[in-house]
Amino acid sequence: MADRTGAPLVEMRDVSVSFGGIKAVDHVTVDLYPGEVVGLLGHNGAGKSTLIKCLSGAYRMDSGEILIDGEKVEINNPRDARRYNIETIYQTLALADNLDAASNLFLGRELVSPTGLVDDAQMEAETRKIMGRLNPNFRKFQDPVKALSGGQRQSVAIARAVYFNARILIMDEPTAALGPQETQMVAELIEQLKAQGIGIFLIEHDIHNVMKLCDRASVMKNGQLVGTVNVKEVTDEDILGMIILGKHPHH
Amino acid sequence: MAEANASGAGAGRRNIFKTLEFDTRLLGMVGAFILVCIVFNVLTDGRFLTPRNIFNLTIQTVSVAIMATGMVFVIVTRNIDLSVGSLLATCSAMMAITQTQLLPGLGLDYGNPVIAPAAIVVGLVTGGLIGAFQGWIVGYLAVPAFIVSLGGLLVWRNVAWYLTSGQTIGPLDDSFQTLGGIGGTLGVTGSWIFGVLATVVACAAIAQARKARINHEFPVKPLWAEGLLMALTAVAILGFVAILNAYEVPSRVLRRAFEARGETMPEGFTAGYGIPYSVLLLIAVAVVMTVVALRTRLGRYIFATGGNPEAAELSGINTRLLTVKVFAIMGVLCALAGMVASARLSFHSNDIGTLDELRVIAAAVIGGTALAGGIGTIYGAILGALIMQSLQSGMAMVGVDAPFQNIVVGVVLVLAVLIDILYRKRTGDA
Repeated sequence: MADRTGAPLVEMRDVSVSFGGIKAVDHVTVDLYPGEVVGLLGHNGAGKSTLIKCLSGAYRMDSGEILIDGEKVEINNPRDARRYNIETIYQTLALADNLDAASNLFLGRELVSPTGLVDDAQMEAETRKIMGRLNPNFRKFQDPVKALSGGQRQSVAIARAVYFNARILIMDEPTAALGPQETQMVAELIEQLKAQGIGIFLIEHDIHNVMKLCDRASVMKNGQLVGTVNVKEVTDEDILGMIILGKHPHH
Repeated sequence: MAEANASGAGAGRRNIFKTLEFDTRLLGMVGAFILVCIVFNVLTDGRFLTPRNIFNLTIQTVSVAIMATGMVFVIVTRNIDLSVGSLLATCSAMMAITQTQLLPGLGLDYGNPVIAPAAIVVGLVTGGLIGAFQGWIVGYLAVPAFIVSLGGLLVWRNVAWYLTSGQTIGPLDDSFQTLGGIGGTLGVTGSWIFGVLATVVACAAIAQARKARINHEFPVKPLWAEGLLMALTAVAILGFVAILNAYEVPSRVLRRAFEARGETMPEGFTAGYGIPYSVLLLIAVAVVMTVVALRTRLGRYIFATGGNPEAAELSGINTRLLTVKVFAIMGVLCALAGMVASARLSFHSNDIGTLDELRVIAAAVIGGTALAGGIGTIYGAILGALIMQSLQSGMAMVGVDAPFQNIVVGVVLVLAVLIDILYRKRTGDA
């Protein structure tokens, strides 16, 4: 169980984002402690992806603030997010299909040799190391990632997020495209990362995964926060009620 | 690679190529090029593959080939540049005006050694700035590259016209003219030295890459494959040098050169041309652009952006600034191409570079650059330019009527892309 006594790792306070008059995110506050998994739940279009993209730097919020370790920070682009050790695994994976695994893993953060040229051999070696840990069956280091299976592509995206010492990890439906075995692999990885004190925001539709993987769940509906609950203290029925009806459980 | 070895000797030929890790697409292009050469050689009773014609082919290809390397970057990032022919004309006009009017006006006499370099710098700056400006409109103002460069095609063609009042400007500076082709070559000895140096560097690069892989304990090709690769490289480079050296300077030209120095030509004296400076420039551009494409962050970002712009942006790549850089590079290369083209003519003419945009785009596309973005090679584009030029001069030598020449080139362009699409479908390399 995560220790929630100190300052939260991340706090998103009173965040609002609107697109052309439509409030995609409406005064939402969520937080995340080290070693904790917080599920972000809601229907498609509830605003969870938009909210989380403010943290990963893909969108800018209109109002509200983000605090990391209790200090207010400015995140204007993905580079800022990376500077605060925020890593994101996007639902689309955000891989450049024409490049190989190593180029994708280090995209935007290439290792360079003293001459200033990119050091492909070193990057491939590092990629082999981390893939050996995450997905030991992975062999296709020379092929562009479009030649990989869904699970293999997913493991490249995960490797990219994990490699750079993430403190805050955002996972947008990481198991949506995976088979049961690969889903199990992701579940084990999440346990591992929790144990290392990494905080994880998990966007997830599958209620069983939520009950299994998350410590807390924040539910959104129509851009607003319905509420945040401790998963241990509620049933899956309660959470479904929050998602579908926007009703807070009364226990 | 280890896997290739393990797969057995069953399917002989394919496996050799696999072991060598040759790009099959490159092989296809080289094959097509050789076929074109042989067919024309037969049709012209052996006049096509003479040192003289090969020499001419290479210098005719340089201008388009230089621009085609830049067009690869432009197309890989999912853009297009229709303005390159016009931009070439504006750069050429700027360089011509600088060396024949501006600098002499400042008191620098004809033949002053400062004139050529100064004119070239003016041209490069012009090309770079205009390219960057167009890239800024594409990247930051989000106007489609097709429109920006279509506008540019009209604007820069007519800026060149306005600058020169439509007049031909020349003759250009003597040392400037040496960059055009036949007017400036390395000579036989210099060419051999260059050829040997290039071979050594290429083999060292192959050996270095192998060493790096061994250091990281990656699978490597068998030693014989590396050896064969080095041997082929050496044959290609030295063979090319030998052919260019075999093209002999006509004796009347030699005699005039001796007379100009106040000497008399010894009886039986001969000299070969060797590698033209313009071809050296193309080689330098090709090497630099290949290194940029494969071994720099800039190149990595260009290909990543072409493969998946959203992913590139989420990885923190500034794709807008990247667009500016890509178009600026294209502009600088247009200036270099304009330098070679005007130097070859020995003057700037109002129609210089007309329709070059189509030749450049065709060269890049025939060379395997995918208009969908993300895929393309520098050597492919240069080969594409060479194939186009061979077709055109071959047909001219055979005596094909001008309209049919263009019809054939057009059909070849479409066919080349069709074959590429079919090939990629079959290999699943879409």
